[in-house]
Formats: sequence, structure tokens, C-alpha cells
Amino acid sequence: MSTSDVVVTGLGATTPLGGDVSSTWDALLAGRSGVSRITDDWIKEYPAQLVARLSTEPSEQLDRVRARRLDRSQQVAVVAAEEAWRDSGAGDAGVDPLRIAVVIGTGIGGALTLLGQDDVLEEKGPKRVSPFTIPMLMPNGPAAAVGLSIGAKGGVHAPVSACASGAEAVRWGLDLLRLDRADVVLVGGTEACVHPLPMAGFAAMRAMSTRNDEPERASRPFDKARDGFVLGEGAAALVLEREDSARARGARIHARLAGAAGTADGYDLVAPHPEGEGAARAITAALRDAGLSPTDIGHVNAHATSTPVGDTAEAAAIRSAIGDHVLVSATKSQTGHLLGAAGALESVFAILALREQIVPATANLENPDDDANVQALDIVRGEPRRATLTAAVNDSFGFGGHNIALVFTTA
Amino acid sequence: MSSTQEIQSGLAEILEEVAGVTPADATPEKSFTEDLDVDSLSMVEIATAVEDKFGVAIPDDELGNIKTVGDAISYIEKNQG
Repeated sequence: MSTSDVVVTGLGATTPLGGDVSSTWDALLAGRSGVSRITDDWIKEYPAQLVARLSTEPSEQLDRVRARRLDRSQQVAVVAAEEAWRDSGAGDAGVDPLRIAVVIGTGIGGALTLLGQDDVLEEKGPKRVSPFTIPMLMPNGPAAAVGLSIGAKGGVHAPVSACASGAEAVRWGLDLLRLDRADVVLVGGTEACVHPLPMAGFAAMRAMSTRNDEPERASRPFDKARDGFVLGEGAAALVLEREDSARARGARIHARLAGAAGTADGYDLVAPHPEGEGAARAITAALRDAGLSPTDIGHVNAHATSTPVGDTAEAAAIRSAIGDHVLVSATKSQTGHLLGAAGALESVFAILALREQIVPATANLENPDDDANVQALDIVRGEPRRATLTAAVNDSFGFGGHNIALVFTTA
Repeated sequence: MSSTQEIQSGLAEILEEVAGVTPADATPEKSFTEDLDVDSLSMVEIATAVEDKFGVAIPDDELGNIKTVGDAISYIEKNQG
């Protein structure tokens, strides 16, 4: 196994806060919310009516004919990936296409295409179903579309682990580089499933916030009055390379990806282990993988979706695996929950926190939960906080008991 | 009944919508795959749009014989109404 460090040379995102990384980051630090109330007729019967829609429609960022052959989850993946690819400069560096790989995860896949074409089938019959239905709905479609876009021939992969998918993609990228299976890996996550069926499904699980009259205050991780997550859409991407080759080509290095680990709860299909046992194991294993100790970690970008059970389980995991000294941010308070894109977007945020030495605030955290672990943690709120940071953790968890922890360090 | 000219311009509209072909490029001698970069899945979409616009269904075994814009125009002309 190669022991060369892996670095992050490119970042891309399109989110409810902005159509690229810089506008998203600026909006995050400014405390803006991406959440709004759905006003379509179909929402009337729904208990949960909130959503964090993209700030910029992908149709404004992609050629029309290209866009119409891509599911929305693929469109946003391509937008984020192309930004990251441009940012890295790897496209102009003469990298052998056989040594470029892509790993893009999604939680749900092409749900809008699946459901939209089912409507066509019901209304007009099988002959009217689009010939692009299958490539648009398949969960590897976003990875494949990104691979075509950047000319990757060294392998295109699509991890699927619900809301941990984006983080899992980052981990796979690290593994591919350490195993010398590629020289450059574009990793990320994507999701775009704002539609009556997923909304109804999540609502039936009682997983979504019903604070319909106060959209911007609905996503409130760690707050006593939290009542569920807000569904978001978007994508984020990172370009990973080994440090020696990145430095040799003069690439700008945003941060290092120092370690990663994944575990399974082995507890319940959807409920997290109440003490965050599997999550803590993932964090501890990722620190070991990075060769760091808990005291090295200055910041955690938490998964914290604003559900009653999930946030306290995570607080327990962060305390047991790292301690009370870290500055914790729950950025879903502003972005909503981007499901399969969340881990990638929050990796981008953790990297920018390290690069800019500033920790984003957790919006809507007015009264921290009475839970002892939540009370003990230093969750940044009010304003972003300046801090001297050398290492940060991003953790992500998914229905199915998937836990991924990633460790980033300063360049 | 549409005239040849009407069919050509209608087909050009479909090609622009489905495959991004510039209307001026959609001339009879052009090959869909060689000249206009229209792939097989897009040909299926074009056949559906032709049926909507001209009321002419193109069965799969006939679709394979339609190589150029001119082939499509002739097929529609012969089978319409």
C-alpha cells in the first residue's frame, strides 16, 4: 500500500445556498437559510411541507440538450464535478485518462425520472416511456455522467449507503489512491428527489420537520425543539490526488485527506444506536487511520440532521471518540439535508473551515437539548468562530446503520 | 397532408429539440449518425415526436432503414394521412 499522503486539489458544489462553492460558503458564514415552504397544490395534505431547493437551477448551468438526457441528480453531480475539476486544474495537467477514476454516491438515485416516467407509463402507455429512462434512473448514472464529462477511464464507482453515500465516496477515493489504482480521483455525492413520493415516505417515518410556518427555523440540530430534518437537494465534489504528484504539477492544495473509516451499527435498519456506538467506532478508526489522537482534532462537521434521536446519538459518539474540546458545526441547519450529497458537501465545509481557520455556526440552536452529551459539547452558534485548526472530522450516517468518518488536516 | 417543405421544417424542429441540431443543418442528404451525431436512443425519441407531429408511426424495423434526413422525410411523406 502506498503511504503517500492524499490531498484535496479541487472543490465543487451546487446547493440550496449557492450555485458554486464560494457562494455556498459565503452564504453559510452569513447565516443564510436555504429552506423554504413548498407552495405547490400537492403539498396541502402533507404534514411536512418544507424543502431546501437548489439556489441555482442546473438548466442555467448546463447545455439544454445535455441536460434533458440527465436526471436532475445527474445534472447537479455534473455541475459540481465540473467545478471541482476546473478548480483542480487536473484536466490541463495531462493526466492519463486510464489513471483517472470517479466515485459519486447517491442515496436515492434517479427518483424524479423513475416517478416521472411511471406517470408517462400510466397516462400514455409503454411506447411513450423515454428511451433515456434507465440511464437516467440508475444509481450509478451520476458517476457515469461525471466520468464521461471529465474523461475518466480508470474506473467509475457509485457507493450507495443512504445519507452516508457522499462520505463513503470520499473514503473510496482515498482507498483507490492508496492502492495505486488511480492517480486522480474525483469523488462526491448527489441528490435531487424533491417529489411527492419521497416526501410522503420520509413524512410517514416521522423523520421530517413540520415547522411549516417557520421554514428558516425548522432545521435546528441539537436544539431542544428540533422535530426532524428538512429535505435538500444538490451535489458536491472533491478532487483527490497523492501529494507527491499534486505538488509536482504545482496544484493548489486545499487540505489533506488524512484518514477515513467506516463501520456498521448492526443495531437497527433505520434507528441509530442510541449511544452512537458504531459512529464512535468509525471516528476512532478514522483517527487511527490518520495517525492522529483525539486532542489533534479541533473541529467536527457533524451529520446532525435535526432529528430527535440522531443528534443525541451523534453527540454521544463525538464525546466518546474525540472529547468535549472540539468545535462542532451542524451545517444542515442552513443547507437542509442533502441525503447522499451531505457527506461530500460537509467534507467541503470541513476543508474550507481548515483552510480559512473559521468554524461555521449552527443556525437555530437556541436552547441546546437537555441531553448531557449535547450540553457538554462546544457547538458553535450565533456567529462563525475564528479558531486555530489543524485537523477536522466530518462524520456521516445513513439509514441501514452506515457510519463513515473522514479526517482532514491543513495543507 | 403536409408538404415536403413542411415535413422538412417540422423534422428540423424535432431534431433541434431532441438532439440540439441547428435547423439549417437538417438538410436531406445528412446522415443522422454520421453527420448530426444523433445516437440510437435519440432516434427512438425522434420517432415518437414524428408520430406526435405528423401522425406517422415508424415501426422499429423501419426505423433502422432511416439513415438520412431525406429518408425520414420520404417515409413521412409516403405514410401520412
